[in-house]
Amino acid sequence: MKNISRRSVLALLGVAPVAGAVAARAATPGSSRQDDYPPVQNVSSRERIRQLHFPNVRLTNQEGKKVLFYDDLIKDKIVLINFMYSKCEGICPGITTNLVRVQRLLGDRVGRDVFMYSFSLKPREDTPESMAAYAKMHKVGPGWQFLTGDPADLELLRRKLGYTNPDPAQDADVTQHIGNIRYGNEPLERWGACPGMANASFIVESIGWLYPKTGTEIGKGERK
Amino acid sequence: MANISKRDRTREEQSRIAAKNRRELIAEGFSRRDLLKMGLLTSAGMLIPKMGLSARPLTSAGFVNNTPQSRPTRSFIEDMPRLTIKQPVAALSPAPTAAPNTAAGESRTIAHQAFAQFPPQKFYETHERAFQASASPDLAPSTLWGFDGLFPGPLFVAQYGEPILNRIYNDLPTQNNGFGINSTTTHLHNGHTPSESDGFPCFFNEAGKFYDHHYPNVLAGINSTHPGTGDIRESMHTLWYHDHRIDFTSQNVYKGLAGMYNLFHPPNSAYDTGNETTGFRLPSFPDYDINMVFNDAVYDSVTDQLAFDLFNLDGILGDKMQVNGKIQPVLHVSPRRYRFRWLNMGPSRFYQMFLTDPTNLSSKAFWQLSTDGNFLRKPVQVTSCRISVAERMDVIVDFTGLQGKTFYIENRLEQIDGRGPTGTVLNAGQGNYMLKIVVDGPVVADNSIDPATIPANQAVYFYDFPDTLTAPVVTRTFKFERNNGQWAVNGKFADCADNRFTVKRNTVEKWIFQNNSGGWQHPVHMHFEEFQTLKINGQPPATSGIIQAGRKDVLRLEHNMQAELYFRFRDFTGRYPIHCHNVVHEDHAMMVLLNINDVGDTNPNP
Repeated sequence: MKNISRRSVLALLGVAPVAGAVAARAATPGSSRQDDYPPVQNVSSRERIRQLHFPNVRLTNQEGKKVLFYDDLIKDKIVLINFMYSKCEGICPGITTNLVRVQRLLGDRVGRDVFMYSFSLKPREDTPESMAAYAKMHKVGPGWQFLTGDPADLELLRRKLGYTNPDPAQDADVTQHIGNIRYGNEPLERWGACPGMANASFIVESIGWLYPKTGTEIGKGERK
Repeated sequence: MANISKRDRTREEQSRIAAKNRRELIAEGFSRRDLLKMGLLTSAGMLIPKMGLSARPLTSAGFVNNTPQSRPTRSFIEDMPRLTIKQPVAALSPAPTAAPNTAAGESRTIAHQAFAQFPPQKFYETHERAFQASASPDLAPSTLWGFDGLFPGPLFVAQYGEPILNRIYNDLPTQNNGFGINSTTTHLHNGHTPSESDGFPCFFNEAGKFYDHHYPNVLAGINSTHPGTGDIRESMHTLWYHDHRIDFTSQNVYKGLAGMYNLFHPPNSAYDTGNETTGFRLPSFPDYDINMVFNDAVYDSVTDQLAFDLFNLDGILGDKMQVNGKIQPVLHVSPRRYRFRWLNMGPSRFYQMFLTDPTNLSSKAFWQLSTDGNFLRKPVQVTSCRISVAERMDVIVDFTGLQGKTFYIENRLEQIDGRGPTGTVLNAGQGNYMLKIVVDGPVVADNSIDPATIPANQAVYFYDFPDTLTAPVVTRTFKFERNNGQWAVNGKFADCADNRFTVKRNTVEKWIFQNNSGGWQHPVHMHFEEFQTLKINGQPPATSGIIQAGRKDVLRLEHNMQAELYFRFRDFTGRYPIHCHNVVHEDHAMMVLLNINDVGDTNPNP
């Protein structure tokens, strides 16, 4: 790799320069440098989100059932996502308890048109049995899946869904894990997040925003 | 570790390749610093591999997970657009009323509290809608959402003493092309505006409906400390408006729902008239008084579409630097003084702006007039100014005698992820060139004030700061924290149903902001009133360097900082928010909702 130019380094790595200043000095008038790149493709934004964030990894839920992340859990659904581990002594119990309140407020919607998922941060430890025991301890109702699986797959999911800390030392410390809930309407491409400890009734209200246009099937009327 | 899966092995292999590449690059003379600047290294020093996923996607530069960034685009090939000036309409139909017109489809639920006292004299009709636009001839058009189908939105030109009404129709589609929600609430940032027109994050304007905003355009104090006139020392000049919908603000603003608002004094006044032969004699609007909206964006490398990282909690950095919607454009100027109004639209980047002469990499001095659109006592000569998200800066740049020269507005503040700048100010020419300015316009008359002629011993040219002598009725402390990724203030989160505390109208409060969040910096904004900074980390704010004295509405809360702020809350009542304006944090609940009424409370830790 002798005499490697900056441009070819970037082509090699598939990354465009970050700073405008670099581009300013490198650009020659009239040149486009588009030749290094394939033509623009007409891929839908929904498909790009899937490609970038929803790997179709195989997971196992607390009943031992095997599912595919995108095809079975996310596609065409309204979802509520969080990450935890069954032996967590930090924020997980509080967040799970809070989500149980959310589940009760949502009633029989859960498992019907809103789907709740908790993913393991310690997939080497968490078996379907340990996840089932955790769910039972917290009195989790039906329609909410607790998922574990291959450690590499869960790690991939954790990164793709943004449950990471930019500081590598903190990111390596599972007790510092992200306590947010992601909520989304996959076909509508509406995604948001809120703290896991936010008021349960406000979380329910937030889910109401995922329904298209005027549909606020879940709204202020549900607050208790 | 038996039974390592095939995928694990692939990742390990990629990690080895990445490390090998890095060693070779460094051997070829790319220092670690080069690679870091180019966005090719994570802050842990791992080379971002082309395909692999084992290196932590630590930089929030556009996308996580090593997604390639925007396609290359040529720099300085298009002219910088001027903002379109918003024109009033003769009348609105149905005519606006103080009470919400629910039957006609108005989303508003609260009556205009000051409608009878300040009846609107001008009426505006605005439509939030989707449209196609391209920031560069090298990019295919993207779908944006903008006020009147423009990005940036139209420029409102308003005047003190002339109340206006802006009817905003939400014509946005349900299909969002990847991000955004067609439920909005428009906030006039900086405005001394009644709550029901202020764009409170929970007062939604739903798709297919409209929302009337009443802007009295009055000086604070008009119904209290300075009845009938308001306090001239509370004048504001450069405002901006943008969507503020709870939990989706960053998406909607990034998608284009933002614009600016210039607020002048009457033409026959002694103040900011917009005419360089009268009042403060600042360069005349519009020819020599130019608004610049800065933002940084990412375009999907596969589809060229404006792209937003939906799964980012820390803050997003774009790799394309834009001014008034165009990537690195060019502005031609005449050899005379100009007033520029700079806005950092975000989403997360902090700027430190210099004027760089590329021939010798020197920094041209210029005059800073304001902080957050509020004038200082007099213009101050600086070589740079720091602008965090939502801050505005009015400056005068003097190009007199500089025909034939070229300058760049250059951001030299180093930032490698969305948390905040590293603190390093890069050398000239090593930062981001935002705008190229070519001094090749015709020689024209310049009747504007030359700030260099203001005597050094003249303390006030504009107006003095209001005093901070009235004793506060309460001191409240706000700790900005990050609890396992959840942005909290005093350990709690925003909820539309709750007001965390209540302020008593027409009183003074002292607020203490503390940043206990570790590596993150937060530009914290309080709606409705400007504050003065009494202390930063126990010391009065410095008046040189990065100017923090004066009236502001955004506090740059830096690492481990504690600031004491002085607020007067006057004239109007209702709900308002305090929030971090790194809009990605804001959307993850870094916000406090409060109410102003005639009773108030004295909770010191809301």
